[in-house]
Amino acid sequence: MLDQGRINKRNDVLATALLWCAGLVILLILVCFLGYMLVQGLPVLLRPGFLLGMPSDIRAGGGIGPQLFNSFYILFLSLLISVPIAIGAGIYLSEYAKNNRLTDIVRLSTESLATVPSIVLGLFGMIVFVSYFEFGFSIIGGALALSLLNIPVLVRVTEETLRTIPRSYREASLALGATKWQTIWRVVLPQALPGISTGVTLTAGRALGETAILIFTAGTSVSRTFPDFDLFAAGETLAVHLWYVNGIGMVPDKTQIANGIGALLILVILVFNLAIGLPIRYYQQKMLKGAK
Amino acid sequence: MNRNVIAERVLDMKKNMDGHHVRTLLYDRYIRYLFIASAMMMTLIILTIIIFVGRQGLLTFKEVSPLQFFFGTNWDPPFEYGALSFIVGSLAVTALAILIGGPLGLAGAVFMAKIAPPRMREVMRPATDLYVAIPSVVYGFIGLTVLVPFIRSVLHTGSGFGLLAAGLVLAIMILPTVITISEDAIRSVPRPLEEASLALGATRWQTIWKVIIPAALPGILASIILAMARAIGETMAVQMLIGNTPQLPFNLTTPTTTLPSEIVVEMGNTPFGSAWNNSLFLMALVLLVISLLLILAIRYLAKKNAMNTSNA
Repeated sequence: MLDQGRINKRNDVLATALLWCAGLVILLILVCFLGYMLVQGLPVLLRPGFLLGMPSDIRAGGGIGPQLFNSFYILFLSLLISVPIAIGAGIYLSEYAKNNRLTDIVRLSTESLATVPSIVLGLFGMIVFVSYFEFGFSIIGGALALSLLNIPVLVRVTEETLRTIPRSYREASLALGATKWQTIWRVVLPQALPGISTGVTLTAGRALGETAILIFTAGTSVSRTFPDFDLFAAGETLAVHLWYVNGIGMVPDKTQIANGIGALLILVILVFNLAIGLPIRYYQQKMLKGAK
Repeated sequence: MNRNVIAERVLDMKKNMDGHHVRTLLYDRYIRYLFIASAMMMTLIILTIIIFVGRQGLLTFKEVSPLQFFFGTNWDPPFEYGALSFIVGSLAVTALAILIGGPLGLAGAVFMAKIAPPRMREVMRPATDLYVAIPSVVYGFIGLTVLVPFIRSVLHTGSGFGLLAAGLVLAIMILPTVITISEDAIRSVPRPLEEASLALGATRWQTIWKVIIPAALPGILASIILAMARAIGETMAVQMLIGNTPQLPFNLTTPTTTLPSEIVVEMGNTPFGSAWNNSLFLMALVLLVISLLLILAIRYLAKKNAMNTSNA
């Protein structure tokens, strides 16, 4: 019996050590990935004329200016399209949805949409936006296709955030004679704003690096003018350029350019996640604690 | 003041208020329709995707027999359309990623839920968010510049491209999916269950292994299935590491290919509407059907789990 007890204790210590190892390995892999990319890419990023310069097809020393612009332009447009729809659907699921067939279908659709592989969304965007609506490989085509990726994530974020708002807030507002919409607009949504903002920021970070959707909707070339706000201009983004230049490009410094873009993408997601996402989340926790 | 005048004024006020009130109620109703419409958009979008991709893909069968597509190994368009090696490649790379990433992610989830001190948890949570945020091209590019040369120099075989390189990077990419969903499942195991086990004298590890993990199993399975869906659809990272050679993988370092990476490689050079192009849409349809089946499996698990807990 005593021996068994000792074995159990030893196993417990061993397992605890192993689980600690797993946790540390997971952190270590992340740090290695981020560190490697930054070390390789930061010198390129600081190269004069790289960040805002025009790309070159053949010679070394080209920049990524148009791609940088397109990345944020497409991201902005896609959020403009996806945020209102997603928040609307999220509000429906959290505030209105009854336990019926319609709700079930909407939920199943949202979950399915969230797991559609991005290359499939890309091909769909190619048939519908590029060919059928004749947008061509364009910024608007890319933004619309990218919205399909954002929407299900944002719906879930909105619904989950709204569900954390205490029931009593809604009841107090309704009891004062406010309508349901007034309650949602003046009581529930302001409370949920920090949570929804965090969700939008994290989604934006993810969408910024998306590639498979954009290759066949926004295309792999850029406009000759920079910055070009034309919605129908070719819209290659940073991530697509990384892939294209590294695989198919003919410039001699293609690895350098890829390194530079990699580091830039990492920097941007660090800003999105840590500099914007974390403070909002902190504020939100403080507010929720205050509410209790 | 004249009584009539007062009564008139009161009536007037009432009328105005009623107008305002009616308008508020009208807004309330119409905005509700707006929300329902946004929600219905989800269904509309997914149905349109299935119909458009499905129709384009199924056109392949006008010229190619399903038998050849699903069981042929010879990919030589426009003569032969055997896509078996892509399907096998996709399944193999997914299995490899789950075998490596699944246990590690699960261990991470247990660590975060039950062992890590709060400080450590505060670090791990944003870390898993960062894992999701790293673009898949960056994963692929790092794999290409670090992992592929490493495999080539260590194993001395071939080019370094193949299932091993792609599977390892995919294993890392699915970590956040496994971690976050498994952690939620582990956390939602009722506390009395855990306390009862500890009170009986079980060690923490025994409690985790024999009580918590079995109780959280449906959620853990769901996280693995969702990770499979992510892995099988992953395009860019795999395309950069798999070698893109249409042949069956005989070992971990044979260059082979997967459904998504074949689509990316060939879509640009095939004319829209040709059998070749349609066959790429058919591959997309196969991916779509697989991911929809995986979602149905997760829902089935969730439903079963809900029934179990309500019985208990």
